[in-house]
Amino acid sequence: MTSKEEEKSWKEISIAAVCWKPNTEFLTGDWKTYKPVRDPAKCTRCLLCAIFCPDGAIHLKADKNDIEFDYDHCKGCGICANECPVKAIEMELK
Amino acid sequence: MFMKSVAEQKVLALNGNEAVAYAVKQCDVDVVAAYPITPQTIIVERFSEYVANGEVETAFVCTESEHSALTACLAASLTGARAFTASASAGLALMHEMLFVTSGCRAPVVMAIANRALSAPLNIHGDQSDTMAQRDSGWIQIYAENAQEVYDSVIQAFRIAEHPDVLLPAMVCLDGFQLSHSMENVSVLPDEVVKKFVGVRQFPKVLTHEGKLAPLRLDPENPMTIGPVAFPNYYFEFKRQQEEAMRKAVEVIRQVHNEYARISGRSYGDGLLDAYYLEDAEIATVCLGSTAGTVKAVVDELRAEGVKAGLLRIRAFRPLPVEGIQKTLGNVKAVGVMDRSMSFGGHGGAVFHEVRHALYDLDKRPMVVNYIYGLGGRDTNLTQIRAIYKDLQEIAQKRRVEAPIKYVGLRE
Amino acid sequence: MQTEEWKFTAKDIVEKPDLFMSGHRACAGCAPATVMRLILKAVRGPTIVTVATGCMEVVSTTYPYTSWNAPWLHTAFENAAANASGIETAIKILRKKGRIKDQHVDVIAIAGDGGTYDIGIQALSGAVERGHDFLFVLYDNEAYMNTGIQRSGGTPLGAATTTSPAGEVIPGKLEPKKPIADIMVAHEIPYVATASPYYWRDLIIKVRKGLEVEGPAFLHVLAPCPRGWRSDPSKSIELSRLAVETCVFPLWECINGEYQLSAPSKVIAMAPQKKKPVKEYLAVQGRFRHLFTPKYEKLVDEIQRITDLRWQKLLKKCGLT
Repeated sequence: MTSKEEEKSWKEISIAAVCWKPNTEFLTGDWKTYKPVRDPAKCTRCLLCAIFCPDGAIHLKADKNDIEFDYDHCKGCGICANECPVKAIEMELK
Repeated sequence: MFMKSVAEQKVLALNGNEAVAYAVKQCDVDVVAAYPITPQTIIVERFSEYVANGEVETAFVCTESEHSALTACLAASLTGARAFTASASAGLALMHEMLFVTSGCRAPVVMAIANRALSAPLNIHGDQSDTMAQRDSGWIQIYAENAQEVYDSVIQAFRIAEHPDVLLPAMVCLDGFQLSHSMENVSVLPDEVVKKFVGVRQFPKVLTHEGKLAPLRLDPENPMTIGPVAFPNYYFEFKRQQEEAMRKAVEVIRQVHNEYARISGRSYGDGLLDAYYLEDAEIATVCLGSTAGTVKAVVDELRAEGVKAGLLRIRAFRPLPVEGIQKTLGNVKAVGVMDRSMSFGGHGGAVFHEVRHALYDLDKRPMVVNYIYGLGGRDTNLTQIRAIYKDLQEIAQKRRVEAPIKYVGLRE
Repeated sequence: MQTEEWKFTAKDIVEKPDLFMSGHRACAGCAPATVMRLILKAVRGPTIVTVATGCMEVVSTTYPYTSWNAPWLHTAFENAAANASGIETAIKILRKKGRIKDQHVDVIAIAGDGGTYDIGIQALSGAVERGHDFLFVLYDNEAYMNTGIQRSGGTPLGAATTTSPAGEVIPGKLEPKKPIADIMVAHEIPYVATASPYYWRDLIIKVRKGLEVEGPAFLHVLAPCPRGWRSDPSKSIELSRLAVETCVFPLWECINGEYQLSAPSKVIAMAPQKKKPVKEYLAVQGRFRHLFTPKYEKLVDEIQRITDLRWQKLLKKCGLT
């Protein structure tokens, strides 16, 4: 949140406190201490990591055949590494 | 929408509650979610008969509590429905949390309250402690003197609440039993006239997370998040917005009242305040609700005797018509504010506070005293009201207030 | 398309855009957040969501930000089901009156254990008794997490919370977990089910089934909270698996009054040697740490006993004894 938004007077903002920004604009990536690093050779593209991620920080790449990590939102919880059936993900210090 | 002539009306024998139900029937209400409580029960019963007979196109939900009743009305309203509910006393108290939420969400829900005392001890009869306790909640409050006014006010309430400058919920208050259960002649407008008067709900536009301005409602076409958490750096501004809406409501109430007067032939002062013989009054009382009718009878008697007595009936208590109060009471010598509720530990009752406070800024201001009356449905008769005026005469004469707070009809 | 006909792969699910968007402020490793994502992956058309006060509401809608790409309402803590009642009623009547598009809209009410078991139970019971067409999803992290891990009716026996701490004389919560899903079955509603995020496919199918049912549906999802359970953030999904494997949280459905065990629990019913001892589940959670001391270790046996008793009762209801 920038101070410019906070400076808006009550006359300028919409009534009823309806939210006007998607959370995707809020980057939670700096929360992490450890970050997931995937070995693409081991990875079987089962997509379980993408399913389980609480933050939806693992996406299908544009070609839909591989995944990529959204480190801007990844909080480094390690669920992906823990659930990976082939242990293709290691949690490394950020 | 300008109706030039007074519409032809039929006269029905209705009590206050039935008048509410009848008005709601005509107002194209989409959702009624309610829970019964004495002395409001007839409203919901009568309305459910209309539903059962197919006389209204309204979804009627019997919720399991008043808290859920108001919640359902709020949620329905935010989904785009015109919503109505009714309650009293403990039921209104149970809704307390949701009253604030409804106002904060700017949902124009209309509610009828058959004013009833709060427990303990349990009392099902009329006094105004239930709605007075909610005066901070951000709801418009209109107090009716008789069943006719109840009918007229419910119809006006939808227009006031839904007005784009207002967008606040509104409650129409009628004294429990004395008004809710008393049968009177009520002139009702034709269905089409009322339907045209209330019109179809309009929605304000708000900015959503998709970056567009969309009507404030839950609509899959325009997803939006209503009811977030707003931290200290954001909350305050929304409250100021609600206050602005209240201020604008003063003029809106007047406008809607005047427009309605043109089609019904009936008016109540200027819509906010009903000033009775106040132009040259030296002593006056301030009263809300049905007791004002009794006071008017006493004022008539006193005037016939040459006493310069008057009455200010406050119709719209929220928003408080400060200017109007100052104008109508400014030149009165002694004002007795009648409160049908108590504010324990405060200096007098709620109406006393507000009226005295409104007059404080005047260079020349009347002496203002408080008469607490009618709690728990205790009757207040002509003799007792005459005694109040006698008391005010003494105060005006002595130019001194000895006891600012008195009780009427209390065994002391 | 009926759920039975809906064949989906992991890719189909991952491909669907997240209607519960990234950037919310849930803790790292929050299973309820995963559950939110999965619920919204399961929606089948126009949907309105209403959430009770609690973690998932607060972390996802901090003005001016929102994670929800669906019409969304929050009003208070105890009334998610009453919200849903109002929304569903409004949609029905407005459609009838031609004021809105004539299309079905799914209504989902979501609440935590606070907003369901305790303060929320009245509105929930009332809403389902009235037969509103909506799905109520309980994301159960077994305490009032948002306000600081206080005990709820959903907190299991022996768990330490901030209002039922494990101390010198009391070993955490003394009362067993309220059987909320059975209470919903007793309301005789068309669909009641339990789910766990590890079994994501089962969860998604159950959300769909709940949406398809005409009338009230209730889905109880176990959603581990690393903060409140004092477990490693990376283990939240694993815990939701262990809970099923130990039969602490069996997976089942009750369709029009008929109980039916779901595959992950049926596997155990058919091969009881696969049932893991509750100790394995309790050992990885700090909220049960005191149960591994000589003073309170007897409680583990009690937890095992109750787990087995409830499991047997469930098997009987499913016609599997």
